[in-house]
Formats: sequence, C-alpha cells, structure tokens
Amino acid sequence: MCATCGCGETGGIRVQALAPHEHEHPHEHAHPPEHEHPPEHPHEPVPGTVEIETALLAKNDHLAGHNRGWLAERGIVALNLMSSPGSGKTSLLRRTITTLAPTRVVGVIEGDQETLIDAQKIRATGAPVVQINTGSGCHLDADMLARGLRELGPVDDSLVFIENVGNLVCPALFDLGEAAKVVVVSVTEGDDKPLKYPHMFAAADVVVINKIDLLPYLDVDLADLVAHCRAVNPAVRILPLSVTTGEGFDAWCEWLAADWSAPRART
Amino acid sequence: MHELAITQSVVEAVTARTGEAAVARVRLRVGRLSGVVPDAMRFCFELITDGTTLAGARLDIEQPDGRGRCRSCGTELVLRDLILLCPCGSADVEVTAGRELAVASVDLCPIEPKEMV
Repeated sequence: MCATCGCGETGGIRVQALAPHEHEHPHEHAHPPEHEHPPEHPHEPVPGTVEIETALLAKNDHLAGHNRGWLAERGIVALNLMSSPGSGKTSLLRRTITTLAPTRVVGVIEGDQETLIDAQKIRATGAPVVQINTGSGCHLDADMLARGLRELGPVDDSLVFIENVGNLVCPALFDLGEAAKVVVVSVTEGDDKPLKYPHMFAAADVVVINKIDLLPYLDVDLADLVAHCRAVNPAVRILPLSVTTGEGFDAWCEWLAADWSAPRART
Repeated sequence: MHELAITQSVVEAVTARTGEAAVARVRLRVGRLSGVVPDAMRFCFELITDGTTLAGARLDIEQPDGRGRCRSCGTELVLRDLILLCPCGSADVEVTAGRELAVASVDLCPIEPKEMV
C-alpha cells in the first residue's frame, strides 16, 4: 500500500523522465537498489503485550541509507532542495545548471504534486530531468527518490539536485539519502519563517536566502532573517543571493564545488 | 500532512511483528520536538487501520518532553519548541530528548477458543 496516502499500489505517484531536447545521454543506466528484501517472518502471535520498539521512520531511513550508499559508490553528490512554493528553487537550479554546465554534469529530479512545468523548465537548460508527481502527497520520500534515480540514471561523479515538493513542513522529516539539505527562503516571505517552521530550518545544512535584489522594496531586514535562521540552527551556513542579478552566486557555486568526498561540517 | 505517511508506517511496523494477530492496543512515543502532531495521527489512525489487523485498536500516545543541554554553560533545559536559547544567552543547545518517534508496544486481542464441532 502507498506510504503517503494509504491508497492503492503506488499511491498515484508518477515518475517520468523527460526526453532531452538534443540527444539521448549516452551512458549506460546504473540502477539504484530495488530494495527487495525477503518479507520478515512475523513471530508466532501470543496474546498479551508485544514489545515493538521500532522507529516510525525506520523504513524510510533504511531506504535512504541504500540511496546514500548507491550514490557514494558512484561519486554522485545529491542535494535535497526544500522551501515553500515560490521561493525560487527552479530558477536557482536553472541558473546553477547554466553556470556549471561547462565543467559539471548536473541532473535534476523534480517533485511536485502535479504537472511537468518545472521539469520542462529544467529540460530547456539541456540537463537530464525526471519529474515525480506525488498526487496528494506533500513530500518526497526515500523510495520515491530511488525510483527517480532509476529513471534519471545519473552518470558517475555528477551532481543531482532533488527539488522537493514546495512545503516548509513535511519534507523536513524524510531523509532521502542526500549529501546535504539545502533550504531556500526568499526575502519576500518575511524574516519570521525560520521561527514559524523551525523543523525545516533546523534540518538544513545550508540556507540559501534568495531574491536579495528586492530588499530595497521590502520591510524586511536581512540581518533579522539570518538571526532567526541561527536561532533554530546556530551553525548553519547561510548564503544570501539573487538568482535574478547573480549577486552572491559565486559563494553558492563555491560551496557546490567543494570536496564532497569527506564528511562536511555545517560551518 | 506527513502524519498520514507516518501513521501508515505504524501499521507496517506492527504487522511485521504480529502477522495476522488482531491488535487491541498500540502504544506510540511521539516526542514534543518530533515534528509530528499526535492529534493528526489519531485523526488518521482509524482511516489507515481500517481493514487491517489494527482496526478498532486503542491508540495510546506518550509524548516525551523536549530536553536539551547548553554546550556553553552545561545547563539542562526543558525545551518547549525548537527555538534553542539557554538563559545564559547561548543558542548552542544540544537537543537530548523529545525527537522520539516510535512504536513502543502493542497488546494483542485474546485468541477466541475455536468452536467444538
């Protein structure tokens, strides 16, 4: 049964690759693990109390571990981008892909409840892209990412961006197997979002503050927004930038280009 | 509404251990800093368990308090939310409890004696 809404087999989750504009990418697809474990044999039931002591996210975390191992073996760096709808995740990705294109192979897995709109925007950059439509689902989980990776077939040593469903609540709880969680917040959302949605900002390895070119027109103080990020995540790296003007973009690209082979500190 | 997915995982975690046995009571631990709302889980529970061995089971949710320790001054704190601030002024607080999200145990229904023919 679907783990998202309790409906039928695959829960209405749709995973589809968009054919590239120019050419098929010529590599062989390497397939992420199928996660087919033999079913556990339930113990013979005896009336009375049965200790279970199982973490509720254990299954997701287990599958995320598979994804993490599969990605690491291939030198693929996967980054999980999360934010409210409209913060500029897709625009950030488009500019990032265009900037990195000469030196780095980038693939994208898009998550939205419905439509191929974001995948089509990414495809226009020439990057391979897979759209996951979650239907009624409010977040991506590790199984969806495994399915997305099977469709995408990323090449070794590439960078994979996972654009999560726009939502500052639910995606925070679900490990996908990513190398880092990137939370994008735009200054037009106000400076209080880290306090209102602390789980999301506490889970972040990096907070990208987007649309700083609009600060002169807003009653929002960048220093307050930064302070509120630090109130829930003291050590988080914060990268203010404007996708539109490119201000601050170098720092973001430097962070992406750093050595991912060693475990990273948050600062 | 991630509680729907998480409540579904309750059914999976329990039935993996109890198989076909009917379940009378489920005990969960949902910490106050876990990001999961117990009332939303209760709301989903009946819907999700319908047609499973957990149908009709009583749901008990223990909610451990959030606790933390200030890395600057060592003070132990009770945390009402994830805004981590020690009275000493430091925000460098390690969360030590309150993120629990687990099925603790279940009670199985008594097995009804088979009718003698």
